[in-house]
Amino acid sequence: MSESAIDPKTQFHADADVTTADTDRRAFVRKALGGYKTTRAKTESAFTDWEQAREAASAIKYEGVNHLDTILTQFETNFTARGGKVFWASNSQEARDYILGLCAEKGVKSIVKSKAMTSEEIHLNAALEEKGYGVIESDLGEFIQQLKKEAPYHFVFPCMHLKREEISALFEKEIGSAKTDSPEELTMIARRFMRRHYLEADMGISGANFIIADTGMISITENEGNARLTCAHPRIHVALVGIEKVLPRLADLALFLPMLATGGTGQNMTCYNSMYAGPRQEGESDGPEEFHVVLLDNHRTRLLADPEQRDALHCIRCGACLNVCPIFKNIGGHAYGTTYQGPIGSVITPHFKGLQDWKHLSGASSLCGACTEACPVKIDIHHHLLHNRRNAMKQKPVWWEKLLWQGFAWMMNRPRLYSLAIRIAPWMQKLHPIVFGSVLDPARGWTQTRDLPEMEPQSFSAWMKARKEGRK
Amino acid sequence: MTGSRDAILGRIREALRVEAPHHAHAKIATGNAPVTAPFREWLPAVGPTEADRVALFARLSEMLKTEFIECADMTSAAVQLHRLVSENGWKKIAIHDGKLMNALLAKTDGTLETMSADGSYDKFEMEQCDAGITECECLVAQTGSICITTWSSGGRALSVLPPHHIVIASRAQVLADLTSAYELLAQKYAGKYPSFISFITGPSRTGDIERILVLGAHGPKKLTVLLVP
Repeated sequence: MSESAIDPKTQFHADADVTTADTDRRAFVRKALGGYKTTRAKTESAFTDWEQAREAASAIKYEGVNHLDTILTQFETNFTARGGKVFWASNSQEARDYILGLCAEKGVKSIVKSKAMTSEEIHLNAALEEKGYGVIESDLGEFIQQLKKEAPYHFVFPCMHLKREEISALFEKEIGSAKTDSPEELTMIARRFMRRHYLEADMGISGANFIIADTGMISITENEGNARLTCAHPRIHVALVGIEKVLPRLADLALFLPMLATGGTGQNMTCYNSMYAGPRQEGESDGPEEFHVVLLDNHRTRLLADPEQRDALHCIRCGACLNVCPIFKNIGGHAYGTTYQGPIGSVITPHFKGLQDWKHLSGASSLCGACTEACPVKIDIHHHLLHNRRNAMKQKPVWWEKLLWQGFAWMMNRPRLYSLAIRIAPWMQKLHPIVFGSVLDPARGWTQTRDLPEMEPQSFSAWMKARKEGRK
Repeated sequence: MTGSRDAILGRIREALRVEAPHHAHAKIATGNAPVTAPFREWLPAVGPTEADRVALFARLSEMLKTEFIECADMTSAAVQLHRLVSENGWKKIAIHDGKLMNALLAKTDGTLETMSADGSYDKFEMEQCDAGITECECLVAQTGSICITTWSSGGRALSVLPPHHIVIASRAQVLADLTSAYELLAQKYAGKYPSFISFITGPSRTGDIERILVLGAHGPKKLTVLLVP
């Protein structure tokens, strides 16, 4: 679903038409997200001052992103001093080549992976599999999506759209497990399946939630324990991280760990928040022999170069904006056709993959602002959607739209002409049913799926005037 | 091999030549001056006394499904351990060397079969263990978390691979908040941190299937904290 031959906008409309018609699935997704709303509200209320905490988080991310060069080099120095290796990748190709090179050089046979959206972004699994390296997704949701050969539906809840019977049927078909309708039993099937991979894999691949500059660490947040196991026994650990995930100080996590959990799932704290500082050190009993961090740019610097939208790089990928978005709830995660779905995805994807091809996502918004309100780091998400619309139009003006607005302005400056038009319009509308919803309909974009309200024969100012005269 | 280091840093420096507006927060220090946004006071509140901290930890443990047991002394902690062993029919338990650990084991009746996670242990043997016991760096009242490191808790795997994790900790180890935990680590390790630090908050869990909570996804299904004076 992520990449197709037809242009992204056409694909988006086609997919969204299908998913919005699936009312059963929509209700299922809405119900799951309703649970999030309740738990999050409760967790938020335990903060002494949630709004001030957001301000502080926003200020710290501002500091990190706006000193990205010094912060990243500080991380590099500290991480390297602990025996880690840093690789800087400009794009997907460089990141993939580096990891494939490592696999070949180190004689890697099997790989276990914990959740990393960056790996979805660079299509890492496909590249590894093409070269014959087996790779297993260990996060339960990602494992299900891997078996289903489908991209994640939501970048925090990868398979939230699937029902238990679908997952049971998938497990039955792909790994030969017995049929069950218990989520617990399904989880245990995956647990049993995964165990030997943690012990036998040569390489563990992870993402990271935070890059910590002052101590040279990466921090990984998870609930299942799969990332901890991925980083415990395999002899090589590779973490693929976007360059924007920086925090200046280790102690900043005291704020960010609870905020990520609250925004992400409504928990007060995610089950495991682990900081990794290099490979196994002298005197330690386990841990990898080698630890590589791949810092991925992949057009993030393009977004950095837009000061107006630079704060979109403050994103900690908690997924809160998806969870509250009326568009996401109705079209679902796959219709976006992007690695990062929802409001934040609509903001950043045009910077990563081209404004003209992806501007339609910024149009798919009601501008209600729920995303901005939910964001724990206060990114001005819904205004950035407007900025994308404006920039797209500035970059490539649409002549007929421009003409239309000019005509509108011309008429609005001529009150008599306007009132004449208002009087004629209701009569013209009576002719509308002839073409309503057809290709000849000038309002087709609207009327295809919606009614058009009938115009009043009397204008508001005429009504007001008549009312005043009646009072005399 | 560092890849496109210079190219990326060049693009970053070029991009940062124009300052970004402060959308959200009031304008604070700019330029290269370090900015420390105070935040401790905005996070969930913790009472001032040790009793407050222990009570909050106990309350959060209940919510998180952590089994939290306050023991009168080390002997009663050993009794609790024996209870767990016999209730669950455990055969072998993984342990590591440590002061509290040794004190606990000294109070047991000597019938427990253990494996040591110190030095180069057999990971397949550890996977077969019914439980793992560890010490910790500290407990965090604010979040109900247990802070472990490779040094305090027998490496990376001992606290996550066996299906039941038991933590032995003392009352003095219950700190107020995450900031205190980071202060403790900074003091203790001063620039020479262990390669692994983790805050464990409840037993392993997932909600990936229909957003329904299941305990014991890949890590421990059960988590027990034995608190001694």
